[in-house]
Amino acid sequence: MRPLPISAFTATSCLGRGLAPSLESLLAGRSGLAPCRFETVDLATFVGEVPGLEAHALPPALARFDCRNNRLADLALAQDGFEDAVARAAALHGPARVGVFMGTSTAGILSTEIAYRHRDPATGALPPSFEYRHAHNTYSVAHYVRERLGLEGPCSVQSTACSSSAKVFASAARMIDAGLIDAAVVGGVDTFCLTTLYGFHSLELLSAQPCRPWDAGRNGISIGEGAGYFLVGPRVPAKGQSPPWLLGAGESSDAHHMSSPHPEGLGARLAMESALAAAGLEPADIDYVNLHGTATPANDASEDKAVFALFGDAVACNSTKGATGHALGAAGALEAAIALLALRHGFTPASPGTREIDPQLRSRYETALARRPLARVMSNSFGFGGSNCSLVFGAAPGGSA
Amino acid sequence: MRLAARVEGVGALGPGIGDWDDASEVLRGARPFVPAPTVLPAPELLPPAERRRCGRNVRLAIAAGLQAAGRSGRAANEFATVFTSSNGDGDNLHAICDSLATDDRLISPTRFHNSVHNAPAGYWGIATRAMKTADSLCAFDGSFGAGLLEALVRLAAAPSEPVLVIAYDVPYPEPIHAARPLSDAFGAALALASGDDGAGTAITVELVDETPATLADAGLEALRRGNPAARSLPMLALLASGNAGRVVIEYLPGLSLAVEARP
Repeated sequence: MRPLPISAFTATSCLGRGLAPSLESLLAGRSGLAPCRFETVDLATFVGEVPGLEAHALPPALARFDCRNNRLADLALAQDGFEDAVARAAALHGPARVGVFMGTSTAGILSTEIAYRHRDPATGALPPSFEYRHAHNTYSVAHYVRERLGLEGPCSVQSTACSSSAKVFASAARMIDAGLIDAAVVGGVDTFCLTTLYGFHSLELLSAQPCRPWDAGRNGISIGEGAGYFLVGPRVPAKGQSPPWLLGAGESSDAHHMSSPHPEGLGARLAMESALAAAGLEPADIDYVNLHGTATPANDASEDKAVFALFGDAVACNSTKGATGHALGAAGALEAAIALLALRHGFTPASPGTREIDPQLRSRYETALARRPLARVMSNSFGFGGSNCSLVFGAAPGGSA
Repeated sequence: MRLAARVEGVGALGPGIGDWDDASEVLRGARPFVPAPTVLPAPELLPPAERRRCGRNVRLAIAAGLQAAGRSGRAANEFATVFTSSNGDGDNLHAICDSLATDDRLISPTRFHNSVHNAPAGYWGIATRAMKTADSLCAFDGSFGAGLLEALVRLAAAPSEPVLVIAYDVPYPEPIHAARPLSDAFGAALALASGDDGAGTAITVELVDETPATLADAGLEALRRGNPAARSLPMLALLASGNAGRVVIEYLPGLSLAVEARP
C-alpha cells in the first residue's frame, strides 16, 4: 500500500484525557487499573475506567445519541484540537470527501442492558425512553461522530471484536487509494457494559488482579475503556508538517475457534507478514512491536509463537494492557495512539503488572520503559472469531527514517 | 469515481425465497412473490458442536455466502469476505440482556462469544477453512450499501483476490422487536471478482446523491423496506433481469450507490 500520513490524532483512556496526560502516564510507567466499582457490577476484577462519563453531556442537538459509549466518543473528540483538524480537512476537501470508519465491540449495549431491568411487568415491554437506533445499534458510534463533525462521506462501523479499530485504518487507506475520499476519521470507542464484564467472567478469562501480560502467573484480562481518533490523509501532508505515517496493514482470519486463538499463532503470523509485505519492509526494519498481549494464558502463548517465528528475539516488544486494560473494540485505536506517541517521543513503554516473564515465551519482551529512537513500530490486534490485524507505523514514509 | 467488478455468483435467502433461482424468478416477475417463513438450513460444513451452538444469523449468513461462492465456481475459502448486518444476533442479545437483568447475572460462555458482531465471519472461517481477511460491518439500514462499497474497494486494492459480500439480518425477538421491527430473516451474497473478461455480470458502482430505487411489486417493496439486507433487492432485480441497466441502492442519507450492469 502507499504510505498514508496521519494528520492528527488523539486518545482517551484510564491513562488520561488526550495525549499529554496519556504520554505522562506512559513515561511514568503508570497503570490506570483499579478495582471495579462500575455500575452494579459485583465481580472481583480490575478495570481501566475513564472517569467523568456519568456527568458528561452531549450537545443538546445530538441528545438522542446519549449513552455511555457516545459520551466517551464525544469527550475524546474534544481533545488535542482534533475537531479543528477535521474541520480544516472538511473545509479543504469538502465534507463529502472525508469518510468516517469506527471500530467498536459493544457500542451502546449498556443502555439496553439497563432498559431490560425496567421492563413493563405486565407486557414485558422496554421503557418508552429506550432509544435503539442512536444509543444501542452497532453503527451508533460512527453515526454520532459523522453528525458531530458534520461529515458527509462514506461511513461505517467495523465490529470484529478486539481487532475492530485496527481494521478501520486499512479500510480508510483503501477508500483513499480508490479515490472515493481524500481523508478519513478512523478510530475506536468502547466502554464498559455488563455483557463484556460478565461474559469474560463466564469464560474464566477475567483476572481478579490487574492483568499481567506475558507473566508466568498471568491469569486473564482486565477490561478498559478507551477511545482513539486519527485523521488519515490527505495523501500529501500540509507544508511544514512532519506527520507519522501508516505504512502497512495486514489482515487475516484464524479459521480455528470462536474464542480461542490458533494454538500456533498462524492467523496472527499471517497478519503480521502481510502488514510487513504491504509496507515493503522486513522484520528487521521494525523497532518495536506493541503486542495484543491480553494476559490470558492461551492468547499470549499463541501470539508469542507468531512473533518469535517472525522476529526471533531480535525486536523489542511488549503489551501496554497492564497500563490501559483491554479496550476491546477500541484496543486497536488506543494502541495505535500509543505506538505513534512512542515514535514521536522516542521511547518504548513499560509493561506495568508484568513481574516475571513466562520462561516458555521466547520473544524479546521488555518490562521496563526505555528511551530509544524509533523509526517503525508494529501494533497487533486480534479478536474473537479469529479476526487478526497488524498495523505498521513509521516516522517517515520511506524505507528508512 | 467508479468502482468496477464482475458478479460471478449471487446467493439469496428470505421469506419464500430458498435460493437465487427462486429470487431471480420472483424478481423477473416470472412468478408471483409469495412470502413464507424463511427456512434457514443447518450449516453442514460446521463441526457438530459449532453447528449446535451457532445462531440464526450465522446459519443465514453461511447459507447465503455458500450459495454465491458455489455459483461462482470458486472454492469458498478463495474469497476475502465482507459480512454486513444491522442487527447482529438478536436472539443472543435478548437472552444475555434477560440474564443480566436477573440477580445472578449468569450468562453462558457460548452465548457470550456468539454475541460478537463478527460471529458469522468467525463461523464462516471455521466452516470453510478460509484464512483470508473477513470484515464485519454495520451501517444501520445502509449496511448492505456499506458492505458492497467495502467489497469493491477491497477489489480495487487487490484485484487478484475475489471478494464475497454477505448481507444478512434476522429480526429481534420482543421486546427489542418493538423498538426495531424487522420483517423475516433475509440474506443476500455477491461473489465479486475484478477484470473485464470472465464469467458473470460486469458492474460499476459510484457514490451519488440520488433517491434509492423502489420495487414495483408491493410485497417485494415491503420486503426491501422491512429488512436492511433486503435493501439489496433492486440490485438483485437488475442482475436477475439479465439486461443492462442502472439502479440506485440505499446507503446513507444523501449518499447512495448507483449500480450499473453491463451483461
